[in-house]
Amino acid sequence: MRGADYIVKRVVFALLTVFVAITINFALFRLAPGSAVTNLARVPHATPETRLAIKRQFGLDKSKFQQYWIYLGQLFRGNLGVSFANSQPVATNLRTALINTIPMVLIGTVFAILLGTLTGVIAAWRRGTKAEGASVTTALAFYSMPTHWLGLMLVILFAGVLPTGGMSNEFLLNPSFSTHVKDLAEHIALPSLTLGLVLYGEYTLIVRSAMLETLGEDYILTARAKGFRAGAILRRHALRNAMLPIATLVALSLGYIVAGAILVETVFSWPGLGRAVYDAVLQRDYPMLQGAFLLLTISVVFFNLVADLLYFKLDPRITT
Amino acid sequence: MSVVLQEPVALDDSVPVRSRRGIVWETVKRRPSAAVGAGVLLLVVLGAVLAPVLAPYDLHKQVGPVFGHPSWSHPLGLDDGGIDMVTLLMWGARISLVVGFAATFVSMVIGGTIGVAAGYFGGKVDTVLMRITDYFLVIPDVPLMIIVAAIWGPSLFHIVIVIGILLWTSTARVIRAQVKSVRERVYVKRARSLGASHTRVVFRHVLPQVAPLLIANTVLTIAVAIFDETALSFLGLGDPSRISLGKVIENAFQRAAISTGAWWAIVPPGALVAVIILGCSLLGGTIEDALNPRLRVAHLSARSFRLRPLVGRGPEAL
Repeated sequence: MRGADYIVKRVVFALLTVFVAITINFALFRLAPGSAVTNLARVPHATPETRLAIKRQFGLDKSKFQQYWIYLGQLFRGNLGVSFANSQPVATNLRTALINTIPMVLIGTVFAILLGTLTGVIAAWRRGTKAEGASVTTALAFYSMPTHWLGLMLVILFAGVLPTGGMSNEFLLNPSFSTHVKDLAEHIALPSLTLGLVLYGEYTLIVRSAMLETLGEDYILTARAKGFRAGAILRRHALRNAMLPIATLVALSLGYIVAGAILVETVFSWPGLGRAVYDAVLQRDYPMLQGAFLLLTISVVFFNLVADLLYFKLDPRITT
Repeated sequence: MSVVLQEPVALDDSVPVRSRRGIVWETVKRRPSAAVGAGVLLLVVLGAVLAPVLAPYDLHKQVGPVFGHPSWSHPLGLDDGGIDMVTLLMWGARISLVVGFAATFVSMVIGGTIGVAAGYFGGKVDTVLMRITDYFLVIPDVPLMIIVAAIWGPSLFHIVIVIGILLWTSTARVIRAQVKSVRERVYVKRARSLGASHTRVVFRHVLPQVAPLLIANTVLTIAVAIFDETALSFLGLGDPSRISLGKVIENAFQRAAISTGAWWAIVPPGALVAVIILGCSLLGGTIEDALNPRLRVAHLSARSFRLRPLVGRGPEAL
């Protein structure tokens, strides 16, 4: 099969990256300044006996290497520890948060990709016109805005029109299904819009420069000389080939989506993964923070792998 | 109308050979966006540097009511502590810029060193360094920053170090690609065979060639660093004793500026951050565009179905 070793290479690289992330994750929290006991258990004036008991409980009396080994073993079984804040398993907390985050981020990202591709293509195709100027300037402006600040601006603009916090109206008693869906849609609008607007600016710029490079190729000139219609050249010849860099760069921007989600969810009190990170920071809930970081890293690595494989599928020339 | 193709440029002495620096300078002069970016940045930097002289009020003194409305004496109103917003913005920009520049310096040193080493020496060094870069590229930077800032405690120094350590990847990759191509040029090989040491070749011949690209990258990194600092501050991980622009936004948000209707406490600081980032993007982006040979070719567009050179660049620049 074509490029089987390419796929294997990418998968191995992704797995290695996850492994490195796990190790960083382990090391970061063990390297925290101050005694690990006070850091992990937050007991300011404990007796030596209590300290020892806590040390035992968290397995801190063992050597660093043993601790690392145990940590790996627990991770492998899906045990991420117990949250300091609500004494629930971190894995359960994360699952709930993730389920809330996915639709919000998904809607925002799809919105950004559609709008970004549209304005990016227009900017490249109408190079040197007012349309390009307007499209690029708007994109740059949104790209430059701090995510949370844009969210706050939308709060100011839409206060009273759309709900600006939370995920559903808690005062709706036994709502019918349609009311519930409408309520959810209203709540998801602003967070998704914020994320979408911030991302779209970047996508426009990416799509534009990818399209500009493609439109300079000889085969576009050939297609034009053959008398194809402009729309067909744009869609079939230019955009198809420009998809390659676009796919990669969109995947690379996923780390940014993660960061954006943290900020957006903090502004709009959206009970997702980002909000969980924020709360964990406030409460110094280290197991939760550790688990969230791991989950975020794995998701970014995963989507990068998807992009690599997609790239491979899109470009038949890639063999290694 | 017939299709007009580029005339091949005759290789005689009448065509002036331009250095990369010359190309950059030409482009910056001809494209208004770069000039606008540079002007805006200059203005902000001036305002921030001269804050002790220009700031109209004391940064730590209450000069009016809490969330006082904008007025003639306070054009942007007052914040939650009755402190003049214009004063806050000037001092805040100072801290934000310090963080931006310092973090960028750290990441330039790391990224530049790794990029030059990988590109210049090639082979195994290149493979190992680029693998490391790949790892750092995938790790989501803001969450890692959050964790590090949360564990080590919020301080300006930590923020600078953390942002600097995580931002160098793109610099390293860009510089490596450039160095690889410069290394193969004849004059570099001649310098080597004339007995110049690696250090001399890198500093005398390679670095000056990559310098414009390094500058473009620096300008773009400053924008990211300032953005990250604003985000960290907003999450309560900023230095509590230093007021940066991010801190100003966070304060206003935490003290309910929005529900009070005090938009002047929250709109200007974010807008200023956006302006700084926009300025950096315009300037850095233009320099980068000027140096990208693939964007310098003519291309088709909707208006005129002929190959047209890019705006402001005659065929002689090709």
